[in-house]
Amino acid sequence: MSPVTEAALRKGVPAIEVRDLHKSFGDNEVLKGIDFHVDQGEVVCVIGPSGSGKSTLLRCVNRLEEPTSGTILVEGVDITDDETDLDKVRTRIGMVFQQFNLFPHLNVTRNLTLAQIRAKKRSKSEAGEVAARNLAKVGLEDKAMAFPAQLSGGQQQRVAIARALSMDPDMMLFDEPTSALDPELVGDVLDVMKQLAKDGMTMMVVTHEMGFAREVGDRVVFMDGGVVVEQGKPEDVLGNPQHERTKEFLSKVL
Amino acid sequence: MAPDLKRSTRRRLTRGALYALFILAVAVVVWLADWEAIQSNFFDLDVAVEAFPEILTVAAKNTVLYTAIAFVGGLLLGLILALMKLSPVLPYRWAATAYIELFRGLPALLVIFGFAFAVPIAFGWRPPGGSAGAGLIALIIVSSAYIAETIRAGIEAVPPGQVEAARSLGMHPSWTMISVVLPQAFRIITPPLTNELVILIKDTSLLFIAGMALGDRELTTFARDMVSSSANATPLVLAALLYLIITLPLTQLVAKLERHNKRGR
Repeated sequence: MSPVTEAALRKGVPAIEVRDLHKSFGDNEVLKGIDFHVDQGEVVCVIGPSGSGKSTLLRCVNRLEEPTSGTILVEGVDITDDETDLDKVRTRIGMVFQQFNLFPHLNVTRNLTLAQIRAKKRSKSEAGEVAARNLAKVGLEDKAMAFPAQLSGGQQQRVAIARALSMDPDMMLFDEPTSALDPELVGDVLDVMKQLAKDGMTMMVVTHEMGFAREVGDRVVFMDGGVVVEQGKPEDVLGNPQHERTKEFLSKVL
Repeated sequence: MAPDLKRSTRRRLTRGALYALFILAVAVVVWLADWEAIQSNFFDLDVAVEAFPEILTVAAKNTVLYTAIAFVGGLLLGLILALMKLSPVLPYRWAATAYIELFRGLPALLVIFGFAFAVPIAFGWRPPGGSAGAGLIALIIVSSAYIAETIRAGIEAVPPGQVEAARSLGMHPSWTMISVVLPQAFRIITPPLTNELVILIKDTSLLFIAGMALGDRELTTFARDMVSSSANATPLVLAALLYLIITLPLTQLVAKLERHNKRGR
């Protein structure tokens, strides 16, 4: 079981709840009123064609993207409220990027300890222990002193996952985590994510890996044109889609 | 050139012609030069001996010292200006832009002159450290304008994903700047910053306009004074050599640093 804040557990609120979310870039409305939630311990995979707004939705959840209107609750706390300490909320939301975004000037260990020390105010030794534990979890304990440029894409992404885990987040956001990887490296990253799901981590995964969505997802959400078109159990959405647009999309990717 | 020649033959012929041209040019220069006049005016051993040890203990030392002070000051001020220029607060951006455009647009010589003579007259305030101090403040101000633009470009060259990663981990914007953005920015701008430093070493030669006290003279002022007193240009040649002795190892060192830093890019 992942560490979940007690207050949230008591209330039994969803980990993530999005209500009537709109997001425009200039005249281009990317999200047209999204209602969406992820329960605690749930793995939700968001699929859809490029430009459907799925990455934007994910990036709104930790406010890397500023919503135009709507409400976003993280463990019951409204993060669109100006009073909310965004940095504190973000320490509870791990994020993994398509392009890894490791800090290239720091070695792997310092990549994992930097935010622990700066944002969680952990001591250097404590941060180091947490880092070592999470590196072992992604199978890269022997790369502690390596620099990102010395690692393969798959290794870099696993380090990025370990970096997010080192903050002891309550939930993890994955933004197309395997899209930038060579095909033979995808498996290692997916294995780490599967293990995370098995350990009970709350996960929101934007992905093109239909196999992963089917196998690991508790729920699949299909987005197109800035709206949620269809959602449900993976076998239903992927195996027996109800909407024309879902069928069309799946016929192209499966 | 004959079309039936092989490409490798043709290349060898072209290169041979280029070598010949080069040797010819050198020969013409050597032939035209008046070697006796050159030796007596620029390489007079007696005059050279007289320049020591002050040319090292005073002049070269001051050149290095002034460069160091102006560069460190220029870096700090330049960093502040760069951050102001990237600030979301409009008046900060305006102020930084106005400052940068003004001092990049003026000749360094005029700015030094202004701080040494115009500012004391206009404000009744003499910068600390006498003429040398006034000149150094001017050099810091001029170099910071150039360095600010370099640092700004460096900060903007750091991929936005780096800031996003740091912010997504809950790091405060200022920590993100200090431990994620700036270290990468400075790696990116190492070559242009070296350029600024080398330019600055040579710009210390403009300080003579401020009128330096004897012990404050740097290489160029020292050499010019000696040229007038000895009626011989040998001190200028010595100064030139010393400038090269200072700048060449520096550019080599930075090239080495740059190779080292590539690992962490």
